[in-house]
Amino acid sequence: MKDLKLFANKIRNHVVDMTSRGGSSHVGSALSIADILTVLYCEIMHYDCNNPLLKNRDRFILSKGHAGVAAYATLSEAGFFDKNLLKNHYKNGSKFSGHISHKDIPGVELSTGSLGHGLGVGIGMALSAKRRGENHNVYVLLSDGELDEGSNWESFLFASHHKLSNIVAIIDYNKLQSISSTSNTLELEPLVSKFKSFGWDVVETDGHNHESLIKSFESAKSNLSPTVILCHTVKGKGVSFMENSVLWHYRSPKDEEYIKAKNELNKEK
Amino acid sequence: MRNSLIKYITEEARLNKDLYLLTGDLGFGVFDDFSKEFPSQFINVGIAEQNMTTIACGLALENNKVFTYSIGNFSTLRCLEQIRNDICYHNVDVTVITVGAGFSYGQLGISHFATEDISILRTLPNMNIFSPCDPWELQMILKNIKKIDGPKYIRIDKSNANTDNTNNVVIGLPRLCLDGFDAVLFATGGIVGEAIEAATILKKKNISLRVFSVHTLKPIKPKNILDQIKNVENIFTLEEHTLMGGLGSIISEIISESNLKIKRFKRFGINDEFPSVVGDQKYLRNIYNLNSESIASQIENILFDKS
Repeated sequence: MKDLKLFANKIRNHVVDMTSRGGSSHVGSALSIADILTVLYCEIMHYDCNNPLLKNRDRFILSKGHAGVAAYATLSEAGFFDKNLLKNHYKNGSKFSGHISHKDIPGVELSTGSLGHGLGVGIGMALSAKRRGENHNVYVLLSDGELDEGSNWESFLFASHHKLSNIVAIIDYNKLQSISSTSNTLELEPLVSKFKSFGWDVVETDGHNHESLIKSFESAKSNLSPTVILCHTVKGKGVSFMENSVLWHYRSPKDEEYIKAKNELNKEK
Repeated sequence: MRNSLIKYITEEARLNKDLYLLTGDLGFGVFDDFSKEFPSQFINVGIAEQNMTTIACGLALENNKVFTYSIGNFSTLRCLEQIRNDICYHNVDVTVITVGAGFSYGQLGISHFATEDISILRTLPNMNIFSPCDPWELQMILKNIKKIDGPKYIRIDKSNANTDNTNNVVIGLPRLCLDGFDAVLFATGGIVGEAIEAATILKKKNISLRVFSVHTLKPIKPKNILDQIKNVENIFTLEEHTLMGGLGSIISEIISESNLKIKRFKRFGINDEFPSVVGDQKYLRNIYNLNSESIASQIENILFDKS
């Protein structure tokens, strides 16, 4: 587990570096998913960083495309491309956009940015795999606020109707969205029973506990229905003054804030 | 035209097990034989066009060939962002097929008038747009676009121009339906039939009209338009679609950026307004002065400066 902690810490360091250097938003959203990505790429998913289009690879879609920096950081740490390329994020002429893009970036399956697209695309991939008798899984990471988008619920209906046991929807449930909390904006609760009533198996977990995340993902593999892994997370996790603060949905860390954030992360190592 | 389409997709599905046909719960009875023969390649996704389009993208990213089917606006405008971000940006092999072009469903009300789709979809990079005028042209288009593995939109009309099959369908090239020398009339979709009839009316008045079916609206090379209008100074366009950005706009954009000297130019189509009445396709064409008699009369007036 120590290696996983180190990997997650590296992602968080990249996230803070990239958003600070680039002046980009969504640092809190990216920190929120660092542990989920760590477990997926270090323990759960089958892939080959030297062959990003490996036929039987597990597919990962970041439907909450605004947290693209975390995915870029993860892919670079997983060996898909040179870590130095992360420095280009948000720069003029760069491919590393604020919202995740697949163009010329190995390992990115789908460009997103507008919410409510990723799950449907993942379902198309999962459907294709089922029909061809392929055994890989499709993992789609959504934000909680993203669940406001009606298109997701079309997708939830479809996946259970077609018994797509090879799709896993991961919800980054940090309870904060762009302007306010999810409960102030558009109440999602009772969320578990909503997913269950849509025909999905639901596993709840601490989205920052690696051991618990691994168990949750492993249990999804044997499910006969599609699975939601509802990850209770903390927006801005790992940097105390960003945690549970909606401010850091848009703000990027500058000067003293950056130094303070880095000091906290480096203490963690 | 719809039968032509099903025939083609059925033949292709026999050769390609990675072909999928998705419908947004439309086409009652139309897909019965197809779904029996290819139960795993036919999916009624339900009344959920956004999901249908994203699923199509996911399937196509896995190297499947996908067709989506619905009525005019539902699988185009309802899910426009899915077409833009997922299908077009990822440049995948998805063919969006709609029925009910223009006023095909004229009695059903404005929700079912597909009258802005061409303008809107032609702005999307990587998109290819086809608007056949009859079943034969549709068949030829379907055969010819097999090699295009990017996004495609096919707009199917209820009306049918019943053109003869003299001239081949070449993608990107307007197809000559009737030759003439006094003026050129470019039309698209089933309304090409009205264009041909208008030419027949004008012929009796010694006005010779050259009529083209512009079955490919995108991509369209300027040369392929300009070559058709050499030595003709009077150019007209006809479409059962808004004048804002459709065929008339395409032709005028090409001509205005060329060195060609044109004497008269007029677009026939639907003004920037929602229809206030319903009626069958023929009735609504009459209301909007898009029927053959009205087109012939307007062209005659313009050519002789009678207006």
